[in-house]
Amino acid sequence: MKIHEFQAKQLLRQAGVAVLEGHVAKTAEEAGAAYDALGGAIAVVKAQIHAGGRGKGTILEHPQQHGVQLVKSRQEAEDVAGRLLGGTLVTIQTGPAGHTVRQVFVEAGCDIARELYLGIVIDRAASQPVLMVSSEGGVEIEKVAAETPELIFKEHFDPHVGLQSFQVRKLCWKLGITGKSVRSAEKFMRTLCKLFVQQDCSLVEINPLVVTGAGEIVALDAKMTFDDNALFRHQDLLELRDLTEEDPAEVRAGKADLSFVKLEGNIGCLVNGAGLAMSTMDIIKLHGGQPANFLDVGGGAQTEQVTEAFRILLSDPNVRAVLVNIFGGIMQCTTIANAVLAAYKTVGFNVPLVVRLEGTEVAEGRKILAESGVDIITAEGLTDAAKKVVAAAG
Amino acid sequence: MSILVNKDTRLLCQGITGRAGAFHTKGCLEYGTQVVGGVTPGKGGKTVEGLPVFDTVCEAVEKEGANATMIFVPAAFTADAILEAVDAGIEVVVAITEGVPVVDMVHVYATVRRQNVTLIGPNCPGLITPDECKIGIMPGYIHKKGPVGLMSRSGTLTYEAVWQLTNLGLGQSTCVGLGGDPIVGTSFIDLLRQFEADPETEAILMMGEIGGTAEEEAAAFVKEHVSKPVAAFIAGRTAPPGKRMGHAGAIISGGKGTAAEKVAALEAAGIEIAESPADMGAAVQRAIAKRS
Repeated sequence: MKIHEFQAKQLLRQAGVAVLEGHVAKTAEEAGAAYDALGGAIAVVKAQIHAGGRGKGTILEHPQQHGVQLVKSRQEAEDVAGRLLGGTLVTIQTGPAGHTVRQVFVEAGCDIARELYLGIVIDRAASQPVLMVSSEGGVEIEKVAAETPELIFKEHFDPHVGLQSFQVRKLCWKLGITGKSVRSAEKFMRTLCKLFVQQDCSLVEINPLVVTGAGEIVALDAKMTFDDNALFRHQDLLELRDLTEEDPAEVRAGKADLSFVKLEGNIGCLVNGAGLAMSTMDIIKLHGGQPANFLDVGGGAQTEQVTEAFRILLSDPNVRAVLVNIFGGIMQCTTIANAVLAAYKTVGFNVPLVVRLEGTEVAEGRKILAESGVDIITAEGLTDAAKKVVAAAG
Repeated sequence: MSILVNKDTRLLCQGITGRAGAFHTKGCLEYGTQVVGGVTPGKGGKTVEGLPVFDTVCEAVEKEGANATMIFVPAAFTADAILEAVDAGIEVVVAITEGVPVVDMVHVYATVRRQNVTLIGPNCPGLITPDECKIGIMPGYIHKKGPVGLMSRSGTLTYEAVWQLTNLGLGQSTCVGLGGDPIVGTSFIDLLRQFEADPETEAILMMGEIGGTAEEEAAAFVKEHVSKPVAAFIAGRTAPPGKRMGHAGAIISGGKGTAAEKVAALEAAGIEIAESPADMGAAVQRAIAKRS
């Protein structure tokens, strides 16, 4: 689960990690008031969307307006907020469609001496969390990793013991942070690592991390992503979820316990199991088609779930054909065939449906489909299924 | 021979009184696995499928001589269940449960690695040595005893591969589902080492997917240490970056973990690639033919 920058900063502030003062605004008027509340000096107005690259991104309706802008007066704050709010922000991470800006964060300006990078993730290869810092702040860390990996420094830590002081001193030495800034960095980094574990984060990214003219370490930006599997023990975090930032079909699928990801193609897929679902997308592509989605219906594949899955697939106007690919293991193909038929009749199909069943009682399952009188194209084997659905989609 | 489990394995089910636990205990029994009992805290003294239920794993080990366990407890209690099994001296711990928080697994993983125990999963279908021992949720009948060792990060895709192999007349020594989470107890490398040492395994099929670097690490290991023919398939060539594809671990993040990178690493190690998921069984045949 992702949250907005202003929400992440609230969590950082509560935990004792240094952030700048700021206020969230949903109208230009509120943004102006927020500017005044910050003392009327330099402030920054930042569009709040769940995607990075906001500073370089632009508003579709106002091509000169970037997603983050420095302002020096109340009027300017209101003007910038006016252009951002309700606008469509397109960044390298949003795709060409962009995200609608529904709120802005008005934050105090800051005297920047240096810009650094800080990120915490789970290092899968080491099976431990890792704190990464770099002297190259404010740019994409993927770019730094590809071009100058020697400028990224890493320290793993045990979630229960936390990041040790010596590890911070080591990183400071490598980054060239000296004097009283080392103490500020120690509090910042150790507290942040603790927060990462406490809140079951999957990512915390502070880019840029700033050393101020006074030598303090401050988070200028903040990105936090949480482990969906751990949300059951963080009811408070669930309140921070912004459904307007998520794909409506994905939200709907989530409610039905379906694992769904929207893609750009025109062949809808309904599959049991994540690995088989990914492979089904791959084989469609291999035979010249484009999958419209990833959909894992899970091990059960009950009639209600299949029905809801069909509805979600057919709600996508791009979909020209649907492929059902089920390997019936514990679940029998006869049960699945009946579920597909029932769902097919309930939903009212307007595009061709190709069904490939394999596994337990497959002959009986296919017989049920064949004798149903329903206009379903049956396929044997993955390749046959892919070819038939690609042909059906035209 | 085979790896990890065989006809002498004495299996326990943690969470046996739950719906999934009871259902799959029955499935394992029917396959012929020696299931010796179950554990559900607070339900000690009951029976399920005629098997004794205990309050603790410790008691089940002492009374029934269990040396393997499959875990079906809810995600919030899975870390505790794994650690309980490890503490009781269970040798093979198979965590089927999906949705275990990653931070829990960081802690569990560190503990497991310090002990002489194999943890398979979490979020996995289990493992099977055909005709001897089935631990988990896979359909037993699709398997056939034979020379191919199979390891995978997926569930139904594994069944698909097994089915292709069986239909080609290629049986399996042991099939292991490693699990779809970012941190799992056993890696491809751990199993490559065992398959290489197992005289019954003559070829290996590895099924990976996007996310992480486990496949790249396995490729490097194969190049240095594996003499047997290896074939591989990678799922998710069409997956977009930044999206979790069902499995918690199947995500391309920061431009890393793409299928293309993995396929390139596997090819460089001389591994036979199945370009299509329909080609997994045939890829194993090609890998074997190349060596003979």
